[in-house]
Parts: sequence; C-alpha cells; structure tokens
Amino acid sequence: MISAAPGQPNPVELSATALILRQRLVSTSAAAKIPHLGSCLSCVELLVALYWQELHVDPANPEDPDRDRFLLSKGHGAPILFQVLAERGFFPLERLDDFGKAGSVFHEHPPKPGYIPGIEAATGSLGHGLPMALGMALAARIQQRPSRCYALLSDGECNEGSIWEAALLAASQKVHTLTAIIDFNKWQATGRSQEVMALDPLAAKWEAFGWHAQEIDGHDLAAIAQALAAARAERERPSVIVAHTVKGKGVSFMEDNNNWHYRTPNPEELAAALAELEAA
Amino acid sequence: MRDAFASEMTALAAQRGDVTLLSGDIGNRMFDRFKEAAPERFLNCGIAEANMMSLAAGMALSGLRPVVYTITPFTTTRCLEQIRVGVAYHQAPVVIVGTGSGLSYAELGPTHHSLEDLAILRTLPGLNVLAPADSAELVAQLREALNAPRPTYMRIGKKGEPQLHGHDARLGIGKANLLRDGTDLLLVGVGPILSEALKAAEILTPSGISIAVASLGGVKPLDGAFLAAMAERFPRWLSLEEHGITGGLGSALLEWLADRDGPPNRLRRLGVPDQFLHELGNQAYTRGQLGLDAAGIEKSIRNAIKEQRK
Repeated sequence: MISAAPGQPNPVELSATALILRQRLVSTSAAAKIPHLGSCLSCVELLVALYWQELHVDPANPEDPDRDRFLLSKGHGAPILFQVLAERGFFPLERLDDFGKAGSVFHEHPPKPGYIPGIEAATGSLGHGLPMALGMALAARIQQRPSRCYALLSDGECNEGSIWEAALLAASQKVHTLTAIIDFNKWQATGRSQEVMALDPLAAKWEAFGWHAQEIDGHDLAAIAQALAAARAERERPSVIVAHTVKGKGVSFMEDNNNWHYRTPNPEELAAALAELEAA
Repeated sequence: MRDAFASEMTALAAQRGDVTLLSGDIGNRMFDRFKEAAPERFLNCGIAEANMMSLAAGMALSGLRPVVYTITPFTTTRCLEQIRVGVAYHQAPVVIVGTGSGLSYAELGPTHHSLEDLAILRTLPGLNVLAPADSAELVAQLREALNAPRPTYMRIGKKGEPQLHGHDARLGIGKANLLRDGTDLLLVGVGPILSEALKAAEILTPSGISIAVASLGGVKPLDGAFLAAMAERFPRWLSLEEHGITGGLGSALLEWLADRDGPPNRLRRLGVPDQFLHELGNQAYTRGQLGLDAAGIEKSIRNAIKEQRK
C-alpha cells in the first residue's frame, strides 16, 4: 500500500494513508494500552486531509514562523496525531515504539511544544485549543504573517464555555484565518452528546455565533477538501466545519460503540481489528 | 498605579512592536493613548476571561508579548486553569495584571476582593508572582517581565497610592528593598499596604521602638540574599500583606525560613483572617476593621515586641 505524498490530492492514496494510520493506531494503542481509540478513529480522514492537503507546514522546518498552526483541541486524540506526524515525516516512526512507556514523551495527550516536532500546544483539558488557536491567528494578523490556524474539536468539547467565548470574539474580530473543525461523532465520555448537553442544531449554533458554518461527512475526503477550500475562500467570518463522523470508524465492532472511549483491544480483538483493516 | 500602568504600556507599545494589550472590558478611557499608539495591538476581549487567557498564551507562543488586564479575581481565579495550562505549563511569556487587588475594591464585596491570588498562583511552576508597592516598582517590574523568558503575574492597586521607594531603590523582579531601617523588628511586606507599615513605624518612634520595613516586591521569586541578610540581623519578623493569611507572603516566608540552615527566626503574620468579609466599607475602613491600618499594625508590632521580650 502506498502512502500519499503531501500536497497531491489523490483520493486513492489518501484513503490508503488513512488505512495505514488506522492499522498503526490500533496496534500501537493495543500495545501501549492507551485509551480513546474510538475518538482517534473518528478523525483519521480529517487529519489526513489537513496534513496531506491543507496545512502549510514543513516537517524539515517545523518552527517556520509563517507556517499554518494546527491545534488538536480534543487532546485525547493524541495517539492518532502522533501517527500522522510520524507518517508525515516530522519524526521517525520508530520513536513511537516508546509510546506509552515510562519516561516517554508520547502518552495520552500532546505535551507542550519542544518535545515532539509538529506539536503546537499542549491540550487534553478540553476548551483550551480553540482559544489558543484564536490567539495565534490574531498574532499572525498583528505580525502580518500568512499563517492560517486550525483547531480540531470534539462535540463533547463544545460543552465548555470557553469554546463559545472564543466563538464570540473570533466573530467580532472577523478572524477569517481561523477554522474550527468539529469531529461530531455524537458521543462524549459517558453518553450521547446530544443527550448530555443538547448540542443540536450544532452548525446552526455556530452560524448564529457569526461563523461561516458547513456540515459534511467527516469520512469523505473529497467533501473535507471542498469544505477546507470554502473556509479558505471566506474573507469575513471565521469558519467551522461540522464533520459528521462515526466514533470507532473502520473497525466494525468499535463503530458507534462508546465502550471504546476507554477500552483497549485484547489480543483477539486486535487481530480481528487488523484483519478488517487489512481487508478494507 | 493604574495610571502608571497605562502610561508605561503606551510607552512600551510605541517602543516595540510585540507588546499587545488585552483587556477584559475594563479601563474605559484609560487606554485611549495606547489605542492611538498601537490600535492593532489593543484588543478588548470582552467579559470572557478564560478565552482571553488562552488567547494570550497562543499569542505568546507565536512571538508576541501580551499583557492581560482586568480586575484581579477575574484575571486569576476565574481562569486559573487557563493560567495553569496555557500560560504556566507552556511557559508562554504572558504578563497577567490584576488591577484593584487586595481590598482596593473593598466596598464592592467579596466578589471583587482578591485575598487568595498570591497563595494560589505561587503554586504554579515557572510563574513570577509580584505585588509592587508603588508605581515606580510596578514600572520596573513590568519592563523586566516583558523581557523575561517566563510568564509573570502582577497584582496592582488602583489610584493615588503614595510612592514608597526612594530613588536609590533596586527595583525589579525578585528584588527587595529596605524602605526604612530599624533595630527592634523587621516588618516585611508587599504591595501598597506598606504605606500603613511606614506610618505605624513613625507612630512608634517616640516610644523608642525602632522598626525596619522591607518591601519584597512579590512572593515569587523571593530575594534570597536580602532575606538571608535580614535573618542575620533580625530574630523577629512580622509579615504584612493585603491578602488572606493562608498561603501568601507570610506562608512563603515561613517556608523560606523553615528550609534555611541557620538560627531560627520567629515570624508573625499580618493579613486578612481566613474568612469572607460581609460588613463592607471602603478600603481604609476595611483595613481598620481588620487591624491592617497604621494603628492596627502598630498594635501588632507592640505585641510582637512584648512577645519577644518574654
């Protein structure tokens, strides 16, 4: 299977990349016993589209001040972000052999910058990443740099008041270089996100807050690319992409099963998951 | 102090292109000159302090030097987690300014008192925790903070506080000064309330009681060399802060003394008792009620000296 080269939107290769990432994610998480597999599997296509098509980032020069910024506001998705950064060349894949081991920097959440190339901010406490990305976008405006800023949120994260504080200010300041992407997998840690905090209609809420809002299938790479292009074309409002996703996507017995928020696969489950992913 | 802050910020904004001022919807006309000098670098973040603090961290990570300004409880405890994660953990060089600190807004009630900020914020690794006593100290610390590679919290007063430091004072972060020398007891404090300590020292002079008054400038970092010299000279200390008695300057000094290899020094703490305040008045009234005005401090000094002679 051939992984995609960055900047070349070849849908077949991008799908192949997504599949490779899922396989590595499931294997690594099983070995390291790191949870949040379901939350990682739901955002694979979103990350592939961002890192292979959208973001102006250079693994050889990860601190270029003009780079785009990507913040994983849903910091518990770190296991898949680490796989993405390794595959994209920010660090050798072998570094993930230490994932979850004592003394490693690769654990459940992204650490602060300086430890893992490509990580822009420490997240894990929900509701921090979007406001920090807003600060970075405002900084780029002041510094007259071309950087665009992206934050990937979970739907559960939209429970946090700070998300809506950031939404209001980004709209008043017309920060059109800021794009929020919501991995709307319909679950949070202990229940359906709609039942816990009545998020629906989520896209309409963002629109009411003054954002350019789009709703897409978050596993459709072409739709993601189109939505990101539309967000880039917006010159007035900040953009949100409400991406409808399936928690646990890609492994049938994990799909839409919230037990996989915390569980890690046993050897039989790992074998079954890999068999499915290899057959895909 | 507020005016000195605004005017220094304006000067700094004109001198350098990275200084950015974030306000939590306060200081109505106060920043007009800043806005003229650097309109693109003033941002009213609204009444949304959690977002403001994370946003400041993001700006600092992108190379700006943001200064976050609002009333003390709202720029500290309201958004503590954003300070802990965004600012302190990232070592994002943000300057957090709490205005109207301590009992400056006494009559506004406990929602606007800040009697916990020093205690809570000094637990965060890598954060300077400052409490300048006058405008000169504020300006010196602000300048230094904006060049420091680490974040700083600074609690300031309101308007019209007297200048307490002389022209020869060594002002900055972690720099202590003797405001007056004496022989019988060392009163060591932070913030504008030191003016009451100086008055108390004057009141005691005719009784033959000689008090040294030290201004520490903050609770983190402490000026270890200065404190060590004072510990050799004064066996008896009295700490003074417009802050709760738990966890602030007095506690920091007790920790410093306990960790030190040397003869024991006895420290008594003056501050706001461990309670919320319900019967309200202005700052002067409240200080008087709590024994934190010159007369109350005088009494505490006399007690400490009596204790010493026992």
